[in-house]
Amino acid sequence: MKMVGGFFRDIIKNKVLLLMVLPGALWFLFFSYMPMFGTIIAFKQYRFSRDGFWASIVNSKWVGLDNFKFLFSTNDAYIITRNTLLYNVAFIIIGLILSVLMAVVLSEIANKRLAKVYQTGMFLPYFLSWVIVGYFAFSFLSSERGLLNQVFKSLGWESMQWYNDPKVWPYILILVYLWKAVGYNSVVYLAAIMGIDKSLYEAAMIDGASKFQQIRNITIPLLTPIITIMTLLAVGKIFYADFGLFYQVPRDSGTLYSVTNVIDTYVYRGLKTTGEIGMSTAAGLYQSVVGFVLVMTSNYIVRKFDKDSALF
Amino acid sequence: MSARTYKVRDFHRLSTPWNVIFNLFAGIFAFLCVFPFLFVVIISFTDENALARDGYKLIPAGWSLEAYRYVFQTGDTLLRSYGVTIFVTVVGTIVSLLFISFYAYAISRKSFKYRNFFAFFAFFTMLFNGGLVPTYIIVTQMLSLKDSVWALILPLAVNAFYIMILRTFYSTSVPDAIIESGKIDGAGEFRIFLKLVLPLSLPGLATIGLFSTLGYWNDWFNALLYIDNPNLVPLQSMLMRIETSMQFILQNSQNSSLSLEALRSLPQDTSRMAMVVLATGPIIFAYPFFQRYFIQGLTVGAVKE
Repeated sequence: MKMVGGFFRDIIKNKVLLLMVLPGALWFLFFSYMPMFGTIIAFKQYRFSRDGFWASIVNSKWVGLDNFKFLFSTNDAYIITRNTLLYNVAFIIIGLILSVLMAVVLSEIANKRLAKVYQTGMFLPYFLSWVIVGYFAFSFLSSERGLLNQVFKSLGWESMQWYNDPKVWPYILILVYLWKAVGYNSVVYLAAIMGIDKSLYEAAMIDGASKFQQIRNITIPLLTPIITIMTLLAVGKIFYADFGLFYQVPRDSGTLYSVTNVIDTYVYRGLKTTGEIGMSTAAGLYQSVVGFVLVMTSNYIVRKFDKDSALF
Repeated sequence: MSARTYKVRDFHRLSTPWNVIFNLFAGIFAFLCVFPFLFVVIISFTDENALARDGYKLIPAGWSLEAYRYVFQTGDTLLRSYGVTIFVTVVGTIVSLLFISFYAYAISRKSFKYRNFFAFFAFFTMLFNGGLVPTYIIVTQMLSLKDSVWALILPLAVNAFYIMILRTFYSTSVPDAIIESGKIDGAGEFRIFLKLVLPLSLPGLATIGLFSTLGYWNDWFNALLYIDNPNLVPLQSMLMRIETSMQFILQNSQNSSLSLEALRSLPQDTSRMAMVVLATGPIIFAYPFFQRYFIQGLTVGAVKE
C-alpha cells in the first residue's frame, strides 16, 4: 500500500514532465512499438478482417516459419540480400574516399570564399527529393530524348535503352548516390579538419614540411578516428537501403529488378503490388533482426575505439 | 642547383598550380551537382516542337514560355498539390517541434524520475523497428488514417535521433543554474521551459525545425503508401503520379485513339519539367540561407551527452 502511495506521489511530483513526454511517448507506442508487436504477422497467414487490426491478427492462422521458409527458398532472398549489401559496401568505400578527399581539397583552397561557393553547390543535391532526382536522371537517360543518347549519336555510337539494360545500372546507381551524398558527407569531415589545432601545422612548417606532407602526416591521421566511427556506423546500417534511390531513379522498371531490387523495395512490392503480406513481413523482420545485430556489433566496436563516439 | 630559382615558400598555402588543380576538382564537382537542375530549367523553357524534333538540348533550337503558361492555366492540380504540401509542411513542422522539444526537454532534466526509462523508450526505436508492413497495417487498420492528411503528417512527426540531438543541446547550452534560479523564483516546470529554456535553445530548435520542414516538403513515400484521394496528393507525389500514368498510357497506346486522347490530356514533357522547376524552386532559393543550420545539425549530431 505504501509502495502504491509512493508511486502516485512520484507521478504527481513529476506530472508536468510526464505530460510533456506524453505526446512523444504515444507516438512511439503507435508508430514504433505496435509495429514491432505486429511482426508476429510474419508467423501467420495474414487475413484482412473488417473488424480492425486485432481481429485481423487473431483470425489469421499460425503458420510457424512457413513464410521464412518460402522466402528463402526463392531466388529473391539471395538477390535482394546481395544487392543491398554490395551497393552499400560500394557506397561506403567510394563515398568515404571521395568525401574525405573533397573535405581536404575544400579546406586547402586558398580563396575561402570560392571554397564556400563550391560547398554550397555540392550541398544542393542533399535538399532534393528522389522524385526530382528521378526526373533529373530521366533527362539524361531517356532513350529517345535524353542527353546521353544524343551525345552517343553525335559520336556515331549506337543509342542505348537505358531503362531496359540491367548491366549499366550498378554504375548509374553508384554515380547517382555519390552525386547526392558526397557534398553532404564531406561537411562532417570538413568540420573535423577545421577543428584541428593550428599550432600543429605551424610546427610542421617550421620543420619545413610541405603542404602535402602536412596533409599526409597531420590531417589524415587526425581524421582517422572520425573516419572509423562514420564507417562503423554506416556498416551498422548496411542491411538498409535507400528506398527512393532504388525505386525512383530506375523508374520501377521491371527489367531492371535483378540489379535494382533491394530488401526495402522487395518489402514494398510485397505489400502494395503482389500482396504477399506474410512473406514481405518476414523479409522486413529478417532485415530488422540482422540490422539490429549489426548495429549492436558495430557500436560495440566503436566503443572500443572511442567511448564518446559510440551511439550508446 | 635550385638556388637561382629560389623563392620564398609559403608553407601555409598550396603552390599555385596545386591550388588551381584543387579549385578545378572542387569546382567541377560542384558544377556537376548543380548542372542537372540547370538542364531541367532549360528543358522547361524549350519550345515543344523543337523538343519533339531534337530531344533535350543544352541549347535548344527554340525557346518558349508555353510550358509555364500551360501549367498556370491548367493549374488546378499543381495549385492543390502546392496547398497540400504547404499545409503538411507547416502543420507537420509545428507538431513535430512540439512533440520533439517537449520530449527532449523532459528527458534532459535530471530531476525527472523516469528520464532513463523514457530516454530508452525513444532510443530503442533507433536500433530496432517493426518494418514497413506492420507499420502500414497499424496506420491503416488501427489508426484508420488511410486517405487522411494526418497520414502525411504523423508518420514523420517524431524521430528518436532528433530527440537525442536536442537533448544534448539542452544539457550543454542551458545551464542548470538557470533552471534552479527559475525554481527559486517560484516558477513551475512548464513556465521554466517556456520562459527560460526555450529562448536559449532557439538555435537548436531552428536546426531541428529546418530538418523537419525539408523532410515534409520532400516526402512522397507516405503519400505513395496511404493516399489515393487526388485532392490530398502533395507536390512530390503528384510529379510521381504524372510520370506513372504517362508510362501506363504509353505501354497501352497501340490499341486505341482513346489513349491518344488521354495522353494529350496529360502535361507535355516541357510542362512536366516546368512543374519540377516550380516544385524545387523554393528549396533552391532558400537553402543557401539555411545551410549553416544544417551543417550545425550534422556536426552536433556527433556529440553526445
